[in-house]
Amino acid sequence: MKGILKLAYKLLVNDRAKFTALLVGITFAVFLMMFITSMFIGVLNHASATVINIGAPMWVMDRSVQAITSSIGIPDYVLDAVRSMQGVQYAVPLYSGGALVKLPDGVYQAVNVVGLDDTTLFGRPRLVEGKIEDIYAENGFVVVDDAEYEKLEKPRVGATFELNDHRGVIVGIAKVTVSGLFGTPTLYTTYYRAAQYIPNPRYTISYVLVQPKNAEDVQKIKEQTAALGYVALTKSEFIEKNARYYVFQTGGGTNILIMTIISFIVGLSISGQTFYTFILENLERFGALKAIGTRSRELVGMILFQASFTAFTGYGLGVGLCTALVYLAKLRLASYAAMITYPSLIVSLVMVVIIAAVSSYAGVRRVLQIEPFDIFRG
Amino acid sequence: MPSIAIKATGLQKWFGEGEAKTMALRDVDLEADFGEMIYIVGPSGSGKTTLLSALSGILRPNAGNVLVEGVDIWTLNADQLADFRLRKIGFVFQDFHLFPRLNTAENVAIPLILRKKDWDESIQEATKYLEIVDLKGREHLPPMKLSGGEQQRVAIARAMIGQPDILIMDEPTASLDGDTGHAIVKFVHDNILNTNRCIVVVTHDSRIYEFATRILKMEDGHLAGTVHDFATMEEG
Repeated sequence: MKGILKLAYKLLVNDRAKFTALLVGITFAVFLMMFITSMFIGVLNHASATVINIGAPMWVMDRSVQAITSSIGIPDYVLDAVRSMQGVQYAVPLYSGGALVKLPDGVYQAVNVVGLDDTTLFGRPRLVEGKIEDIYAENGFVVVDDAEYEKLEKPRVGATFELNDHRGVIVGIAKVTVSGLFGTPTLYTTYYRAAQYIPNPRYTISYVLVQPKNAEDVQKIKEQTAALGYVALTKSEFIEKNARYYVFQTGGGTNILIMTIISFIVGLSISGQTFYTFILENLERFGALKAIGTRSRELVGMILFQASFTAFTGYGLGVGLCTALVYLAKLRLASYAAMITYPSLIVSLVMVVIIAAVSSYAGVRRVLQIEPFDIFRG
Repeated sequence: MPSIAIKATGLQKWFGEGEAKTMALRDVDLEADFGEMIYIVGPSGSGKTTLLSALSGILRPNAGNVLVEGVDIWTLNADQLADFRLRKIGFVFQDFHLFPRLNTAENVAIPLILRKKDWDESIQEATKYLEIVDLKGREHLPPMKLSGGEQQRVAIARAMIGQPDILIMDEPTASLDGDTGHAIVKFVHDNILNTNRCIVVVTHDSRIYEFATRILKMEDGHLAGTVHDFATMEEG
């Protein structure tokens, strides 16, 4: 079979124009599918930036919360109740909300303010400049150095700003795992200061962050929180909830699905059509091979090999192209929202296999139908 | 080896059914011995190609049987028949049917590759056969770079590389000019025909009749007789 496959390989790649057209079709389709899904996954990941950066194993919230950004204030007694729950090692409040800061040049800039528990600073970011304890200093804020950092005019330690007529001082510069989605810079401060500086509704706790004693306690905590009338989610469940919100509630998911299907159809059309033409052009020669003594299953094997070789080469090129583009984009823009994940690799691979199967199916049918007698008849 | 290469008895083949039924072969009996170069001639539509196909295991007749070297080929299943053709029969097609994307040596090597022989050995063997058909040095050229006569010789080399006992040639001169066609068939007659080989040729070209050991004339689906006087096509 090795020699026959080499024969199939040579017949395919020596027809450079068709082989190139096939590769371009599949590469383009894979690139589009990969890029679109990677971008969307990246966006979803950025949408859960606060959840990922804070890193708490469990989050207690109001039942109506749909995504991290739409927090609903929780009464203080919930924090006390959670702290007293069986299986809870500790629980701390978190403030998460938006505000406007006035920069030294008079420009107003929207920011996201995260208020960390005053006692523990649980969920604090990694500082690259300054000391975290300075956050307790008067008007102390830590700024996150991400893609939005420039919007605050790249403040250094000691820089000042106004937040709701309160003075703010940058005491540290931090790096976080994932930067936010909405293009606003992030400031960290203490929970108490955040609640004091930013106008708030009746309840100021956005979320209660919980550390369970062990993994078995997670379910117990969920049940006890539900009995209180609130919801406790693990970190991954909260990320998934965020993702579901953006996929199903914003129309983003549908648009991505449509784009992916279009990419698939484009790839299928180009590759299917070209491969079928390739088979048609070689049909008489396949008939001649049949006459000489090639078994039908060997011919089928040749066609499947040609389709698979093209598909997987195109897949590799498409993935490579997408990876290179994402890499280059990230060089220019560190927080560029695109992530190549195993699911998007698998989705693209499945679609490529479908393209190869459909393309070769039509070719196989034609080759099986041709009679060697037709070759004699011309 | 038996002296009879091909023996066909009572061959019938028809296409279509009912009013559209067309008889292509009507009770054809034929015997060809090793060492013979048999021509099948006749007008278009007389059933020459259908007979050639039935004899070479390509088109199943509706009735009758074909013994090739004593094997009733139409009792073989599809895979066995494919193997039989690959090992026993060489084909030279009217339009050559060479692969334009393979070079000359690779085209010639195809039957050996199909027999699962090592690729490099097959190419080496093909190069030898190209020398035999006087195409030394052309092994790396694509067939499109060769003249019609050279392409036909490549097709002959491909048919012969497996050393088949039976060589089937369908209109071998149809795509060639007169002199080239004559030279090609002379080459086959002088170099390929031997006492262990039988060659069956379907042709319209009377200029190559001189190389035939026997010429069978077909008319309307049956063998109308043997041509004895090649010049006048007088039947015996």
